[in-house]
Amino acid sequence: MREFDVSLITSNIKEMCIQANHFLSDDMKEVFVKAVDSEESDLGKKVLNQLSENLEIAGSEMIPICQDTGMAVVFIKVGQEVHFTGGNLEDAINEGVRQGYVEGYLRKSVVDDPIIRNNTKDNTPAIVHYSIVEGDKVEITVAPKGFGSENMSRVFMLKPADGIEGVKEAILTAVKDAGPNACPPMVVGVGIGGDFEKSAIMAKQALTRHLEDKPQIDWVRDLEDEMLEKINSLGIGPGGLGGKNTALAVNVNTYPTHIAGLPVAINICCHVNRHVTRSL
Amino acid sequence: MDKKISMPLSEEEALSLRAGDYVYITGTIYTARDAAHKRMDETLARGEELPFDIKGSCIYYMGPSPAREGRPIGSAGPTTASRMDKYAPKLLDLGLRAMIGKGKRSQAVRDAIVRNKAVYFAAVGGAGAILSQRIKKSEVIAYDDLGTEAIRKLYVEDFPVIVVSDTEGNSLY
Repeated sequence: MREFDVSLITSNIKEMCIQANHFLSDDMKEVFVKAVDSEESDLGKKVLNQLSENLEIAGSEMIPICQDTGMAVVFIKVGQEVHFTGGNLEDAINEGVRQGYVEGYLRKSVVDDPIIRNNTKDNTPAIVHYSIVEGDKVEITVAPKGFGSENMSRVFMLKPADGIEGVKEAILTAVKDAGPNACPPMVVGVGIGGDFEKSAIMAKQALTRHLEDKPQIDWVRDLEDEMLEKINSLGIGPGGLGGKNTALAVNVNTYPTHIAGLPVAINICCHVNRHVTRSL
Repeated sequence: MDKKISMPLSEEEALSLRAGDYVYITGTIYTARDAAHKRMDETLARGEELPFDIKGSCIYYMGPSPAREGRPIGSAGPTTASRMDKYAPKLLDLGLRAMIGKGKRSQAVRDAIVRNKAVYFAAVGGAGAILSQRIKKSEVIAYDDLGTEAIRKLYVEDFPVIVVSDTEGNSLY
């Protein structure tokens, strides 16, 4: 059993919130550079150049990449040999978010009630997804999620007979409907299988996957490639102003499902696909 | 075509803009997003005055991140305009001349744009850091309790936007 003081969770989450909102991961930067090089539309190129400059300014001047610094989504994998001490784990996570958003000059975008809507003024609570895994480590991923693109996300409860063609149609429908609202070029996270909520969580998790990590299953890998190509021939383009770069990546996660169902969730993310992972 | 315009925008200048023009704005604009629009709508329903002179004005759909010391504002890119579609036609009929946001507008807004010779601009979504640097002054003028959603009076210089909907009803998306 490893004793693990939750104050370490707080201090790391604070830093990760600030880091994620000012610096993109290297794999995201790489696909971005490719997009700038390959764009043919004049307006599209202008938009991508502006976004490249924006990334540089964000890091050098410490101005968040986007003013929507998101709702903090936290994936936490806890080794079953870990014993947390020093307080409640979820409180420690929220304290990290609070410190990160208050001290890091990040926008407070969370309201306490979906109808009454008073701002909580510290961006808490976070959305926390726990899993218990082998070992004595704690792996945390912080993924601040903006709502321009979140609002364009969808869950389709398809029928088994809809098959792979139904899945493709669902993905394209979500992307077309998102259009300029989701701040393209976007990253498309897809969860196929499981049940209603499992598909949605997989879609969110897919957004945090390193872009060089490819799925093990052949049809999933092919689906990612085909969807990226099809989405980029829609013509939506950077900023929705036309061009060939509508999506930077399509990441698909899958899970076993019920004999009667084929859930498909599409979680759209803008080009500011923020996520930071640390293993403690 | 690249153009430079000043705010507040004259009707004449609005008429000269075409969907697809890349425009640099200099002058005074106001921020308002979801919660501020709801309050302005309630204010009008009570027959009271809006917190700024709407005639000829430009509203930027934006809620900034907090400013660091010595800076006027934090990250400051556009939010999705369609969430303000419920309120925009009434404001346009009262004289609102321009809006800056991102994404598609409803038919009712597009009709009100043509009817009032107004313009809808898009700023680049997710370019909040670079746009922040084009904002030279920022002052909360109403609804301070709304935090990031308060109404701010901004002075911008060479603020880059693209004309999406022009006075003749052309639309870029």
